[in-house]
Amino acid sequence: MSWMAWTWQTAAFFSAIGLALAAMTWAEVRWPTKVRQGFLPMPTTRGDRFFISLLGSAVVHVAWLAATDAPVGWASMLCVGYAGAVMRYG
Amino acid sequence: MQPSRNNKAWLAVAPVVLVVAFSAIVPLMTVVNYSVQDIFDVNTRIFVGLDWYRETLRDPRFLEALLRQLSFSALVLVLEIPLGIWIARAIPRQGRQTTVFLIILAVPLLIPWNVVGVIWQIFARPDIGLLGAAVSALGVSYNYTSSPVDAWVTLLLMDVWHWTSLVALLCFAGLASIPPAYYQAAALDGAKGWRLFRHVELPHLRSVLTIAVLLRAMDSLMIYTEPFVLTGGGPGASTTFLSQYLTTMAVGQFDLGPAAAFSVLYFLLILLLCWIFHASVMRRDA
Repeated sequence: MSWMAWTWQTAAFFSAIGLALAAMTWAEVRWPTKVRQGFLPMPTTRGDRFFISLLGSAVVHVAWLAATDAPVGWASMLCVGYAGAVMRYG
Repeated sequence: MQPSRNNKAWLAVAPVVLVVAFSAIVPLMTVVNYSVQDIFDVNTRIFVGLDWYRETLRDPRFLEALLRQLSFSALVLVLEIPLGIWIARAIPRQGRQTTVFLIILAVPLLIPWNVVGVIWQIFARPDIGLLGAAVSALGVSYNYTSSPVDAWVTLLLMDVWHWTSLVALLCFAGLASIPPAYYQAAALDGAKGWRLFRHVELPHLRSVLTIAVLLRAMDSLMIYTEPFVLTGGGPGASTTFLSQYLTTMAVGQFDLGPAAAFSVLYFLLILLLCWIFHASVMRRDA
């Protein structure tokens, strides 16, 4: 595995995404998703909203890094709120 | 009636998931790992956090290449999609000549990308190339090796020549699937020309146009070989797109950390644009 050049930070990052995907799979089996329309401009499933949360969070982090030298943790906190809003009301 | 759910069916896709994991996900994870480190060799690496991302996003050459890339993709779509539709509508739907037209259209798609670059490098040369010599004979100053405008025009012509066929073939398949009854009804209503296209053909082309736009958008965003062979990214850096700048960074300078951060940003850009396009289609369909 050394060729993959792991660091504990990237391992934690991918583990978090893996756990989130596992949780989404479990939730899908337990409570099958229903397509719904929230504040997002098109009907979405739970998986769609999760993908939109991840993609939007990545964009927020990139914009933060491009625009400011402030700690990126602030962007992460912003993204937690954003992802929560998308999953709940999107 | 609700379709029955059988979660055991997911086992059937497990082999595909494994193949995708080892061919795409593991390499992507490795690139992400590289992007947060300064790599000297396999055993000598220093964690630098998100510094390479910050550096790349503020690199003027990256931003210039990004602007060129987006401009090129937009121009490719603006030129190739209408032209492909127009060609598809002009092809006879039946008869022997249909086969001849389809074969001729398919020829550019069969030529390897580096060969396309070489063909156009010779074709557009102002001294011996047919295109270059013809344009020069008309009294127009043309030299794609010294003029950025000429280099862009040549690149766009080359891409249109290479890929409009794909759009045309997809649209032809879409048009061929329209039942004759629609045309008969349109004829009874007196619809022809633009009205026939707008109200009968375009709605039926929606799905193939979605695929055509998505394919051309993704492919033009990743273009590398043809401009590399034709212009080498020049004159100056006027035709240096993201892929070529990335290759220079990763292979030429061996800056693996910054190149990995660049790759992740490049991937994110393509993913984001494709998702925006997909979402806009979904919204329209909804």
